[in-house]
Amino acid sequence: MNFKLLGALGLAVVLAACSDKSNTGASTGAGATAQETGAAPGSEADLVANVGDRVFFDLNRNTLSSDAQMTLDKQAAWLARYPQVSVQIAGNCDDRGTEEYNIALGQRRANAARDYLVAKGVAPSRITTISYGKDRPTADGDDEQAWAQNRNAITSVR
Amino acid sequence: MRVELPFLSDDQAQGLSNLLSRRTLLGVSAAAGGLLATPLQAFAQADGTGTSPGAPGEAEITVDQARTAPIPIAIPSFGPGLGEQITGVIAADLESTGLFTVLPGAPGAPDFAALKGQGARAVVTGSASGSSSARVEMRLWNVLTGQQIQGTAYTASAANWRRIAHTIADVIYERMLGEKGYFDTRIAYIARTGPRHHQITRLAIMDQDGANAHTLTSGQWLTLTPRFNPVRDQIAFMSYANNRPRVYTFDLASGRQQMLGEFSGISFAPRFSPDGNQVVLSATRGGGSDIFIVDLASGAKRQITSSGAIDTSPCFSPDGSQIVFNSDRGGSPQLYIMSASGGGVRRISYGHGSYGSPVWSPRGDQIAFTRIANGRFSLGVMMPDGTGERILTEGFTVESPTFCPNGRVIAFCRQSAAGAGGAGFSSGIGTIDITGFHERPIRTATGASDPAWSPLRG
Repeated sequence: MNFKLLGALGLAVVLAACSDKSNTGASTGAGATAQETGAAPGSEADLVANVGDRVFFDLNRNTLSSDAQMTLDKQAAWLARYPQVSVQIAGNCDDRGTEEYNIALGQRRANAARDYLVAKGVAPSRITTISYGKDRPTADGDDEQAWAQNRNAITSVR
Repeated sequence: MRVELPFLSDDQAQGLSNLLSRRTLLGVSAAAGGLLATPLQAFAQADGTGTSPGAPGEAEITVDQARTAPIPIAIPSFGPGLGEQITGVIAADLESTGLFTVLPGAPGAPDFAALKGQGARAVVTGSASGSSSARVEMRLWNVLTGQQIQGTAYTASAANWRRIAHTIADVIYERMLGEKGYFDTRIAYIARTGPRHHQITRLAIMDQDGANAHTLTSGQWLTLTPRFNPVRDQIAFMSYANNRPRVYTFDLASGRQQMLGEFSGISFAPRFSPDGNQVVLSATRGGGSDIFIVDLASGAKRQITSSGAIDTSPCFSPDGSQIVFNSDRGGSPQLYIMSASGGGVRRISYGHGSYGSPVWSPRGDQIAFTRIANGRFSLGVMMPDGTGERILTEGFTVESPTFCPNGRVIAFCRQSAAGAGGAGFSSGIGTIDITGFHERPIRTATGASDPAWSPLRG
C-alpha cells in the first residue's frame, strides 16, 4: 500500500516534470519552426526538441494518460507535416518484472502508442514497433522516478 | 562450511557399511564423451576395521540426510601437477553441493583406522600420469570396511582433464547418494558488459563450476534467454539481430545459427520439449502474446493459446504432457498449467504479488518460479498443483531459475539495484539447493544473467 502510494507520488513528480518540459516545447511549439532549436526539420532532433519523443506508463499498464495522448497528438501532427518520415516506436519497461514478461509488456506499450497514432491518421506503413523489455532503461537508477521514466514508448526517426 | 566432524555412531557405521557394501556389488561402468573409462580391479581389502555387510533393511545416505550432516570424505592429492589439479576440481565439485565435507588425507594406501578416527566415511585415492594423453586412476573406498566401492581408470586428452575430474566427482556423488551427479555439465548464459542503460550482451557458455567460459556471439545485438536442448548439443535463444527480435537455434558443434519458425511479431521465451525435437515459445500479437510449438525439423508451428493477454514463459513438464506458463489473462502475471495441446488451463499461483519465469523440475514434482511483491523479487518452488509454495531466496532481482539435471540445485540470475548513473549495478549467476540452503555465486569474468543448465554430457 505504502509502495503503491509512493509509486503514485513518484510518477506524479515525473509526469509533472515531463509536463513542464513539454509545455515549454509547446509554448514555442504549435507554430514552432525547427530552426528555433537548430534542429533540421523532420529530424530526430526536431522530434525530441519540439514535439516530445516519448510517453510514459503506469506500473504493468499500457493505458495512455492524457499527458501521453497530448504528446502523441503532437507526434501525429508532426508526422503529418513531414510525410516522408518513418518512425520506430520502442516499448520499454522498468526492471520490476521478469525479463520475458516485460518483452511482451513493452510490445504492448509500443502497440498502444502506434494504434493511437494510426487512429490520428498516420499510415501504419510509416510505423514499426519493437520492444526491449527491461533491457534498455532510459534512467540508470532504481527508484520510483527512474522506474517511471523507464516505463515508456519512445518514438524515433528511422 | 562445516568443520565439526563427529565420530560415527555404531548405527551410522552399520548403515553406511551396508550401503557401501551393497554398492560395491553394483556393476561398474562410467563413460563420457572423449573419455575412456575402464574398471580397476579391487586391491586386497579389509584391514580389520570393517563390519560385516548385508543385513536386510539397509540404510541409505539420502540427500536429505546429507543436507543436515554433510558426508565427510577424504580426498588425498592424486599427485603433483595434473594430479593436484584434478584433486582440487573433485573436491570443489563435491563441496559445492553442501552435501560433502572434504577432508585432507595422506597420499598412498589409505590408512583406514586413521581415516575413521578423522571421521571420514569414505576416501578417494588416485593418480594421474601422461602429458598429451592423460591416464587418471581413481578408487573410492568405504572407510569403515576398507572395501573398494569403485575403481576406474580414465583415459582422455590432457586438455580434457577438467572433464575427467567432473566425471570422477559425478561417480562419487552417485555412489554415495544413489542419485546421478551433475558436475560434468555446462551452463549457457548471457555475458553482460557495459553501462546499465546499454549493456552489451553475448551468448556465452561455461562449465557448471565457471571454468572454460567463452562467448559464442559478438555482442552486436541484444541477446537473451539461452536454453539447452536436452538431447542435442544445441541452444535456443533470442536475438535482436537486424532489429528483428526472434528465437534462433545455435548448434554448438558447427556454430550455425538459424531463425526458428516464421512469426510476424516478436518470438521469444523458447524452451525445448523433453525429446529435443520441438520448441515451445511465445510470439507477440496485438496487445498480447500467444504460445506456439515449433517443430525443429520442419519449422512448422502450432498455436497453443490465443487468450489476447500476454501468455509467455512456457515450459514442458518432463513427460511432455503439460505446459506451465505465465499469463496476465486474469489481470496480473500469474502461473498457469495446461495440457501440451492447450486444453484444461488452470491457474496455480495464488500467493502475494505477481509470478513469472516458471520452469519445471526434471523430476516433475516441483515448478520453480520468480515472485514479485512490493518491488522485490523472490525465487521459489511449488508443486505442479500450486500447493507447497516455498521461497528459497530473495533479493532486489532474483529470476530466471534453471534446474541442474538431477533437479537438486537451481541456478538463477541475481541483480542488484542501480544508483545514479547505474552505480552499484551488478548481475551474476548463483546456485541454491532446492531446499533453500547453500546459496553460492558462480564466479564469472563479466556480468552474467539468464543461466541455462545443460543435460549431463555423455
